[in-house]
Amino acid sequence: MEATLFYILAAVLLTGTLLAITARQAVRSIVYLVTSFFALALMFYLLGAPLIAAFEVIIYAGAIMVLFLFVIMMLELESPEKLPQPHFTNWLPALLLAGAVVGSLVVLLCSRLRAVPPGFVEIPVRQFAFALFKQYGVAVEVVSMQLLFALVGALYLGRRR
Amino acid sequence: MSVPLSHVLIVASLMFAMGLGCVVAWRANVIMMLIGIEIMLNAVMLTFVGGSAHWGIADGQLFSLMLMALTSAEVSLALAMVVYLHRRKNTVNTDQFDSMKG
Repeated sequence: MEATLFYILAAVLLTGTLLAITARQAVRSIVYLVTSFFALALMFYLLGAPLIAAFEVIIYAGAIMVLFLFVIMMLELESPEKLPQPHFTNWLPALLLAGAVVGSLVVLLCSRLRAVPPGFVEIPVRQFAFALFKQYGVAVEVVSMQLLFALVGALYLGRRR
Repeated sequence: MSVPLSHVLIVASLMFAMGLGCVVAWRANVIMMLIGIEIMLNAVMLTFVGGSAHWGIADGQLFSLMLMALTSAEVSLALAMVVYLHRRKNTVNTDQFDSMKG
């Protein structure tokens, strides 16, 4: 049953992303992207990462996407028909690049790689937290410094003159 | 769960291809380019979590957590830059930002 759920979620994820990148207005694209990120969070949960799933909903769908939405609404962009829409000539290199990725996938799948046994191991939160604060404690400090720098930089860029 | 790792990787690479296509196709609009970067970073996170679950090591999940922190820092700076540019030129069209053209 979990495998079926995984494939349904994958379909929702890919459809949502496809609609997001072809939407005419940025706000619609954000809403489609929030849908696909919810599907992604459920996939993380199925893959045995409940903490990452919760962070995906709280930070990605909850904070970052709302920040995007806030900025789009604050900017009062021109009416959507005046915004530059990608023409066919703009989509051509994008389709070429995406086709290269998909083509290499097909080649990889046709060459029948060494079969790995299916199955996933669930990682308990205790192991996750132990690795985070014991093994990678310095990285946590570096990330906190990085967030502080981002805060100062955003304040500097956003101040009124 | 009995899904092979390769299917997770296929989903992640299709999502990455879509994000790449978004960045290339919408290169005239700053906000849609940032959205494409978000899609690509999420595909990378799916790869990390899939690998972490496959080998039973927590490092992949840790790295996706770091990636989330990095993305929030990047998005806050990039959106502040978008607001700044919009205040200067009153547009988000990248073709207008050509004052460094020689």
